[in-house]
Amino acid sequence: MTAVWLTLLIPLAGIVLMALIGHTRVAGWVNVALAAVTFTVSVWLALIVYADGPLLSPSRMLYIDAFNVYLVTLTAFVGLTTAIFSRPYMLHEVETRRIGKGRMRLYHSMYQGFMFAMLAALTTNNVGILWVAMEGATLATVLLVSLYRTPEAVEAAWKYFVLCGVGIAQALFGTVLLFFAAERVAPTRDDALLWNVLYDVSTQLEPTVLTLSFVFLLVGYGTKVGLVPLHNWLPDAHSEGPTPMSAILSGLLLNVALYALVRVKMIVDGSLHSNLAGHLMMGFGLLSFMVAGLFLHRQRDIKRMFSYSSIEHMGLMTFAFGIGGPIATFGALLHMTVHSLTKSAIFVTVGHAAQIAGTQTIEKIRGLIRTQPTVGWGLLLGTVAIAGFPPFGVFTSEFLVLIATMKSWPWLTVPLLVGLAIAFAGLFRHIHPMVYGDPPEGQAPVRANMLPVMIQLGLVLWLGIAIPVFLSKWFEQATVLISGSSPL
Amino acid sequence: MEFTQLSLYDQAILLLAAIVLFTSFIMLAQPRIVPLIHAFAWQGTLLAVTTALVAYVTDHPHLYISAGMTFVLKALLIPWMLHRLAVRLNIHRDIEAVAYPSLTLMAGASLVVFSYYVAIPIVQLSTLVTRNAIAISIAVILLGMLLMISRKKAISQVIGFMSIENGLFFAAVVSTFGMPMVVELGIAFDVLVASILFGVFFFQMRASIDSLDVDRLNRLREVDE
Repeated sequence: MTAVWLTLLIPLAGIVLMALIGHTRVAGWVNVALAAVTFTVSVWLALIVYADGPLLSPSRMLYIDAFNVYLVTLTAFVGLTTAIFSRPYMLHEVETRRIGKGRMRLYHSMYQGFMFAMLAALTTNNVGILWVAMEGATLATVLLVSLYRTPEAVEAAWKYFVLCGVGIAQALFGTVLLFFAAERVAPTRDDALLWNVLYDVSTQLEPTVLTLSFVFLLVGYGTKVGLVPLHNWLPDAHSEGPTPMSAILSGLLLNVALYALVRVKMIVDGSLHSNLAGHLMMGFGLLSFMVAGLFLHRQRDIKRMFSYSSIEHMGLMTFAFGIGGPIATFGALLHMTVHSLTKSAIFVTVGHAAQIAGTQTIEKIRGLIRTQPTVGWGLLLGTVAIAGFPPFGVFTSEFLVLIATMKSWPWLTVPLLVGLAIAFAGLFRHIHPMVYGDPPEGQAPVRANMLPVMIQLGLVLWLGIAIPVFLSKWFEQATVLISGSSPL
Repeated sequence: MEFTQLSLYDQAILLLAAIVLFTSFIMLAQPRIVPLIHAFAWQGTLLAVTTALVAYVTDHPHLYISAGMTFVLKALLIPWMLHRLAVRLNIHRDIEAVAYPSLTLMAGASLVVFSYYVAIPIVQLSTLVTRNAIAISIAVILLGMLLMISRKKAISQVIGFMSIENGLFFAAVVSTFGMPMVVELGIAFDVLVASILFGVFFFQMRASIDSLDVDRLNRLREVDE
């Protein structure tokens, strides 16, 4: 139990600590150190759960099983690599964009706050606290999106705040309805929002109320996942905020929102005895997948482009969780992992590329591979990985999802394949000139630490070639939890 | 059941719920900033009173705490902050033309009817005295959204946002006598932080686009022309 509390307390203490450290260079290092400790503790926690099975804290506030522990580890890992990237990157931004010390304090403090909110959302056993933590994650990041204080940044942040705020209000109403249905079957009132209790009594919950509740929860958490047509905030927030923020928003926050959705789906499924929730998720997922793929073609800002790619992948995961069989669920879990790793690596590379070119406009970024080969190759490999080429892990997970679709919904493989092709074309028509074109005169390399990128892409490659035994066992346990049967 | 057959307390609860809904309509039609803030404060007050009354009638003492929190947050603190901001940003005398006042109110009325329709399956299941107010709480949520859609000033949108929160809280009170205390505390904390952040935003907006008109936030778009 200590491990769980530590994963939450370290970033919580980090919020205060980082707000106190005024020296920007020192703060960067402390941020890395805090993220490293959090990651170490999360690995410790993962080992405990791996050995002993699900954990429920004595107060029943926290609940850890195979499904969330791997997301905790993933979140802490990407949090660490992004913190490593953020240190030199933000120093460069301080020099070029003249961000004051106060704002850097805010940045570091809220970085930890964001990590705390996500970890709290993942580990909590209370569906109400899950909502509070999701809203907390929005609140922690909203001032970071407007960090540069340009009119665009303020606009993006305002949109993010209002759309996500109103969106997630729907999820709160869904939670109220869930509580309403659970209150009459749960042993006591205070138990009625605990996830493990809800899961146990899910067959007795009133189906009509739960259907209504799920629709609200889907719209609410779906806004945060970035499902079309609720996605408008996402490209803006990703493109205008500082790049480390884009990396963790895309790589982690979207995952956490999807996690919340899948958790409630598990309860709703128990009550409904039909796959209505799954069908809704499939519809929204497929729509997001197709629409985002088309939008990829029209982008002019490199970060906007990759945020549309995130919407596309989140759509695919939502679709896969919606299908719901063991293979689709396994594929979706794997896809969550490889997408996080790849997308945060890409955003890190994109951050360096934008610093080299001095702009985020795609047309002005040219010849990266000649100016700075590591960045150019990083971007190219990252894009190859995210587009789903073998032997990278994204290919494996997309392949699994395709197989599952072919088994249960053969006709839907056609739009899936078309969508993949559209997205591939959209990415490469922009990436090719950026990587290979002629560099403009006077373009100079920047100080870049590409080690985290290489490690993450290496991991994705490893997952594509062979999934290690402990990881596959983990995914299998999570799949059994979610879908009820084993894929292996 | 006839309205007159209910006990006096139950009638009072329903009456108060109706007045809460009425304040939503007042906000929808109110073009001036300061009276809008006042209407919002009144909604918070009425909500707190209704909650306290529900606590008394149904003997749920923990609802007194919720009522107190609502009163402090929604009736005092947030309106006070908004009022101060409006004065400091010198927008407290502004009049915001509501685009289609009669159409907006008609839309509001149809939203209320729609809420009653949505609430049917919930009301049928419920045995609580407050069940008739469930539809009203949904209506308050939807009217808050309508307020956000129909207004262009950032401050009116914030009031719409907070009014949605009011509706959600009201829904929790009337359908289940409030959420567990931890959750309510968490939500109250989020609302508090959100209202402070909104204040910060007004200044950032003023500094970057020299206006609090959300319409002027139009630089980010899909395709450049």
